[in-house]
Amino acid sequence: MTSTAPAPAPSFDPRVLKAPHPVPGAPNNWRRFLSFNTDAKVIGLQYMITSLFFLLVGGLLSMIMRGELITPAADLVDPTVYNGLYTMHGTVMLFLFLFPILNGFNNLLIPPMIGAPDMAFPRLNAAAFWMVPVFGVILMASFLVPGGPSGAGWWAYPPQSIQNPLGHFLNGQFLWILAVALSGISSIMGAVNFITTIIRMRAPGMGWFRMPIFCWTAVAAQAIQLIGLPVLTAGAVLLLFDLSFGTSFYRPEGGGDPMLYQHFFWFYSHPAVYVMVLPVFGIFSELFPVYARKPLFGYHVVAIASFAITFLSLIVWVHHMFYSGTPQWMRNLFMVTTMLIAVPTGIKVFAWIGTLWGGKLRLTTAMLFCLGGVFNFIFAGITGIMLATVPVDIHVGNTYFVVGHFHTVIFSTITYGVFAGIYHWFPKFTGRMMYEGLGKLHFVLTFIGSQLTFLPMHAAGLLGMPRRVASYDPEFAFANVLASLGAFLLGVATIPFLLNLVSSWVRGEKAPPNPWHAIGLEWLLPSPPPAENFEDDVPTVISGPYGYGLGRPLVEDEQRYVAKAASAASAATGGA
Amino acid sequence: MTATTPTPADLPAQPAAHGHGHGDHTLTGFVIFLLSESVIFLALFAGYAIYKTSSPLWLPPGVEGLEVAMPLRFTVVLVSSSGVIYLAERALHRGRLGEFRAWWLLTMAMGTVFLVGQGLEWAGLPFGLGDGVYGASFYLLTGFHGLHVLTGVLLMGLMLARSFRPGNYDAGSVGVTAVSLFWHFVDVIWVVLFVLIYVWQR
Repeated sequence: MTSTAPAPAPSFDPRVLKAPHPVPGAPNNWRRFLSFNTDAKVIGLQYMITSLFFLLVGGLLSMIMRGELITPAADLVDPTVYNGLYTMHGTVMLFLFLFPILNGFNNLLIPPMIGAPDMAFPRLNAAAFWMVPVFGVILMASFLVPGGPSGAGWWAYPPQSIQNPLGHFLNGQFLWILAVALSGISSIMGAVNFITTIIRMRAPGMGWFRMPIFCWTAVAAQAIQLIGLPVLTAGAVLLLFDLSFGTSFYRPEGGGDPMLYQHFFWFYSHPAVYVMVLPVFGIFSELFPVYARKPLFGYHVVAIASFAITFLSLIVWVHHMFYSGTPQWMRNLFMVTTMLIAVPTGIKVFAWIGTLWGGKLRLTTAMLFCLGGVFNFIFAGITGIMLATVPVDIHVGNTYFVVGHFHTVIFSTITYGVFAGIYHWFPKFTGRMMYEGLGKLHFVLTFIGSQLTFLPMHAAGLLGMPRRVASYDPEFAFANVLASLGAFLLGVATIPFLLNLVSSWVRGEKAPPNPWHAIGLEWLLPSPPPAENFEDDVPTVISGPYGYGLGRPLVEDEQRYVAKAASAASAATGGA
Repeated sequence: MTATTPTPADLPAQPAAHGHGHGDHTLTGFVIFLLSESVIFLALFAGYAIYKTSSPLWLPPGVEGLEVAMPLRFTVVLVSSSGVIYLAERALHRGRLGEFRAWWLLTMAMGTVFLVGQGLEWAGLPFGLGDGVYGASFYLLTGFHGLHVLTGVLLMGLMLARSFRPGNYDAGSVGVTAVSLFWHFVDVIWVVLFVLIYVWQR
């Protein structure tokens, strides 16, 4: 199952390669989260807290939208305001919630998982994080400028996105482009850092095929950022010039072509979904073995499938443009490539089911979110294949069917995975256990809420309800009432989650170093780990990950590390 | 970039932390960054090629095309500066700091000459940024590349200044290697750009 080859040469010598020490004199209390701290674990939590805040903002926007859609008429908000709401909802959720929270996981997990003291470039890391609140504020400021936020959707297609009817230089669309560009720069800085760290700072003995799947998926996802984001940036720069400096890149009257923007945009923004889903695949692959007490089924294949997804994700983008006047040969070509992507993702789903099969399942909150996430992902995969088919897509491509499919991926799979990761690793990085009861309540409400919200959208879409409308034909009212009630339930589900996070962190039970009896370098550290993880005592990895039930040690001298973490924990308890 | 300055007590730890090993990270990271940066240019080149082959309105009315002779001379200056910066790097490698500075300064000068040439060309052109997709593409591509040349020259200035700190470059400099890589990158991009914009006119 896992590598039995002789130990590869150490990829770095811990005595020589040492990341710069976190900023000397940095405060060691809550104030460190407001400082330019260069410790990856502090930055990881900064990412987490910031993005959870924006999850609430984006969720609030969606509540207003669902409030509007509970009746067929446009009565709660003005249709123009509604356009701004869905534009901001999409942009906030993608660029300010999911990307940052997954970078939070990368920061928290990658260095301990590979036995590194910190990221390769700690200051670059901190700079990348601090850009998030900056562009968050810029994006939020578009509610205050004349004309309000951009109403062109998160796609920002021209010609709608290059209109500037009020003539102000500082308009909602301008701020949107600025925020997206800054987000791109921040993400590229992050991607360079994560990939360099994984390539160069692995513990002795940790060859590529001894890395946890989360690290594989992190490299696969960050590679997409490096290849795809520059293309979006190029497209966004041209959009900015058209909007603000009167050029004609996307204006047919000057010889330009609005279709080029769609190509630039989707070349990145389709793979962007994989940037988000790949780390979640990583989280599923980490958690199933822990809670099924079995090695991950098909470790090598799962690892390689991540890169197959990266490669395929870069050649499928035109499926978003089947109804944009795309030539037939191109539609056929991209229909085939899109369907091919079901192969590596299917392999992963198969591997997870193979891991669960015959396992000794423990239904913790984290495991429940994983199971729910995979369940929803299989559903989204089936509707995805439907949408990849040109004749189906032409009819439902601009309806609520796509909204339902997309949210089943983005919320019911990716966000479930994020929740699972939070419940699983919260004890490791805060030193406190979360309350399982509140967690299970959170899961049950979320699971019911997400089915109630997103399933009716598929039905409404198949019946022909267009997306991005503030008012609709009364025949779709029943589906929309259900979806709105589900959305409000999801809002309610957030309450036990937040309550759990805050009260567990403040006064939760102290966490032992390895509360889930998991195998992995991060679980050999005390909870929370010290600033430089293993410091000068980096373990030598002697076997592959996920050795559940195999009775083999992961690292040389494993008992010593376990005892060391335990004594650090008891010393901390004694001191408190 | 740091928010807090190191306290004296931490200073002895700093040189070790920034030692040879960390420099290797820097180059790895920088090469990854350059690969990503090259994709922006690839995207812009692809966009240019699509416009050039498919736009119904290409050259603005009254514009015949671009003159090639002068830009070619500046191209020669920029491309040969890649050889000069190599000489500078080799001099540093052999520990000849004075020679390094001379070649390094010459590279900076050649980059500046190229920028001036670009500026002169822009000033004499009969079309502007707003003249159709042709004008927009021309100024965006050459301007975006010019911004990279300017960045390269400024970074070289920084590396030159650092060379005056005694003993700073005794063991070579990752910064110099990185800037030199960047400069080769900017030159290669220009060669492609020159072929796309100036050679491929018919």
